Amino acid sequence: MSVELRGITKSFGALVANDGIDLRVETGEIHAILGENGAGKSTLMNILYGLLSPDSGQILVDEKPIIISEPSDALAAGIGMVHQHFMLIPVFTVAENIVLGHEKVNGFGVLDLEKARSEIARISKEFNFDVDPDAVVETLPVGIQQRVEVIRALIYNAKVLILDEPTAVLTPQETDELLQVMKNLKKQGTSIIFITHKLREVQEAADRITIIRRGKIVGTALPTASQEDLASQMVGRPVDLTMNKSPAKIGKTLLEISNLTVTDSTGRELIHDISLDVHAGEIVAVAGVQGNGQTEFARAILNLEEHVSGSILVDGKDILGETVRGSLHSGIAFIPESRELDGLIGSFSIAENLILDTFDLAPNAKGLLMSPNTVTNEAVKRITEFDIRSQGANELVSSLSGGNKQKVVLARELSRPVKIVVASQPTRGLDVGSIEFVHEKIVQERDAGRAVLLFSTELDEVFALADRIAVMYRGTIIDIVPATISRSDLGLLMAGVKPKVSS
Amino acid sequence: MNKVSKLTPIQKRRQRGAFSLLFLSFASLIGFGILQKNTAPVTYKFVLEKEWIAINEWTLDSRTGSYGFSCAALIFAIWAIFQFRRNKKIQLQSALGGFAILMAFLCWAASGKMIPFTGLLQGALLLSVPLIFGAMAGVLCERSGVINIAIEGQLLAGAFAAGVVASLTQNTTWGLIVAPLAGALISLILAVFAIKFSIDQVILGFVINVLVIGMTNFLYKKLLIPYQNTWNSGPILSPIEIPILSKIPLLGPIFFNQTIIVYLMYLIVAVIHLSLFKTRWGLRTRAVGEHPTAADSVGIKVNNLRFRNVIFAGLVAGLGGAYFTVGAVGAFGKEMTAGKGFIALAALIFGRWSPLGAVMAALLFGFADNLQGILSITGTPIPSEFMLMAPYIATIIAVTGFVGRVRAPAADGIPYNRGGSH
Repeated sequence: MSVELRGITKSFGALVANDGIDLRVETGEIHAILGENGAGKSTLMNILYGLLSPDSGQILVDEKPIIISEPSDALAAGIGMVHQHFMLIPVFTVAENIVLGHEKVNGFGVLDLEKARSEIARISKEFNFDVDPDAVVETLPVGIQQRVEVIRALIYNAKVLILDEPTAVLTPQETDELLQVMKNLKKQGTSIIFITHKLREVQEAADRITIIRRGKIVGTALPTASQEDLASQMVGRPVDLTMNKSPAKIGKTLLEISNLTVTDSTGRELIHDISLDVHAGEIVAVAGVQGNGQTEFARAILNLEEHVSGSILVDGKDILGETVRGSLHSGIAFIPESRELDGLIGSFSIAENLILDTFDLAPNAKGLLMSPNTVTNEAVKRITEFDIRSQGANELVSSLSGGNKQKVVLARELSRPVKIVVASQPTRGLDVGSIEFVHEKIVQERDAGRAVLLFSTELDEVFALADRIAVMYRGTIIDIVPATISRSDLGLLMAGVKPKVSS
Repeated sequence: MNKVSKLTPIQKRRQRGAFSLLFLSFASLIGFGILQKNTAPVTYKFVLEKEWIAINEWTLDSRTGSYGFSCAALIFAIWAIFQFRRNKKIQLQSALGGFAILMAFLCWAASGKMIPFTGLLQGALLLSVPLIFGAMAGVLCERSGVINIAIEGQLLAGAFAAGVVASLTQNTTWGLIVAPLAGALISLILAVFAIKFSIDQVILGFVINVLVIGMTNFLYKKLLIPYQNTWNSGPILSPIEIPILSKIPLLGPIFFNQTIIVYLMYLIVAVIHLSLFKTRWGLRTRAVGEHPTAADSVGIKVNNLRFRNVIFAGLVAGLGGAYFTVGAVGAFGKEMTAGKGFIALAALIFGRWSPLGAVMAALLFGFADNLQGILSITGTPIPSEFMLMAPYIATIIAVTGFVGRVRAPAADGIPYNRGGSH
């Protein structure tokens, strides 16, 4: 089945998310849509799946125009979707999730899950999926949950399958398996629309590539195109994908974490017995698949978690149990995972956001009063220094782009006298230009003799920056390895498997 | 992540349950047994009306009784600990142990007196009726993701409408027909503002309650008092004896000699419980209460379903409201629901948002309420103010010790708008 989008336009207020997009996906092809975060890929797919309605444009299935105003219309037309955030009910079983919306009932109106169970078994066998129809979804690993979504699409006879950033939550091994599943599906005549911003995956699996930038199609390519070529089309200017950094000059231990354990309020362990040293002048990356305790680990260092035991020595002094402010002022710069939620106050200006941690200290304040002029002047300096593209120090942070918001966070955190930088997913959702900037800053901090602890789920980032890699799996650090480890060995570690020969 | 020796949350809860039972049994043995000076006999009366007689009454020495039942409770507690060790459920043992402690307490409290045992249970069921209706209304709303604080208002509206209409027509049937409609009308306000206009549901429910109280108080003062003979002197439903079943000793008079409202309640509870877990409607209702975006993505019309369920809930609560007037006293009284809607909400939470669980919780509240009433009549060593607290203390203990972590439907109270996050 072929699908064609013609002249799709969709705006949210002043933002044009999709601008006259024409796209054609042929029967049995894997068509990758490549673009940066915010380029409009997800909007386009939500339109195709009926979750959003376009302002103008037309959708054709097998050359015939159809109207998709609800997801049920898309399903009826043979279009299935595996969402970036899974559309599964966590407390339901696999079978219940799969029948939801298409339930079969017996003569008494009682749900009949038997057919669903046998269908799940059949598809599981066909694609070697190993999914138990009666398992409760929230107990399954994310990779399996994703397969449940794929199975659901197949059971409803999807001939076109949309995969929206499917590899974001997967380990490298699970990613490889998923790419293989995509190829198998293709052999059976299913067309696949594969949304991603990861170049390697595109080159490996796609038949054709369409590149979207700022809501417009800017080009098409074949998987044989070079990574540099694809990246520069995606970003709109030449991109250097390699990070140049000098060898680390290791100094004394600045951050010494021992036997750190964090539990939730019910006593369940979120992270277990973590010990890790970070030295001056090195970057230690904590790698791992999203949701393996990285968030809690980072928060615990700043004393943002409540039930913590162990010790956290900052330059020899234990800060565990300190206030958050005390932790910051002991010499830690913290770049939180979510800049919108934890890093910034959107309705405050850039200048105000730059002094959130030092608003009551000189020179920002004199006694009980703040010194607005000093604050603004300082802000102007930071804006130049960190290249924050804005209309001035009094612009509200909420109106900045993601990259510029992150620069505000960096400018605040790195302008204090710090010894340690804790950076949690510092480039998540950023465009390539901002990623380069953030990476350069992090390396500069290292070279200035600070200890950098970087949390990242992106392998490319880990390899670009790390001097050593600590791998987190299910709440604990299962190994600490040098950055020379191979991609596949690191992938195995992230999946909880220790390779026989650890280099 | 956990070490082998660590207990899962369920096991911890069981451990806590089993050991608190053990502790309570000891306390009962000491408090009601060893420290008991009084040996006057206590009499339990089992026959209420004209059911077949198995035993008429049972008289026993107060101290012996307390000792006996406390020891029984100890045995159940130890059994519960064994069950916990073998990693099995302890519900049965907890229920039996709790019952034994209760009996030990009664032997102590009613020393030298008579306890109408069957009457105690029958009264408990009757006091639970509005709670059960209210809790079912709560289940219908909250399982689909709409918080219903307005149960109180729905009950009150039902009570008012049933009382007035039954009085005007001098016909209880009309009262029963109109009451659910009144409840549904209140639900309509909740549904429109909560679902269509995404108003904060807790505030909205509160405001609706104030609105209904104000309206009924006004009409009561201006209409029902001056024209009492026509507007507020409705007939009441008479109990319907179910042949044979109503003759069963103990159970008969409690369950099978009741008004039509109570029989409708049995039916509604059964239908809601089975439907919620076994039918298409139930699966979809739970889905929109847990993850509306996911439900939407498989073609379920989230807000339509929520709207319908909130209206259903109003029908159920309205019928429950009729119990106050046509089901019990006939005439409407100012604010006569007296906070039962909020206790129904507590029963819903205590029952973990499950229909049968909520029924059990409502029965427990009703029982504690009635026990308090009977004991303050017979006279006990405990001040009646403390007895009035009993149901709520029971709730707090139960929620912290036995129920453990209570988890609401994930999307409860969160309005759903598609495209809110793209």
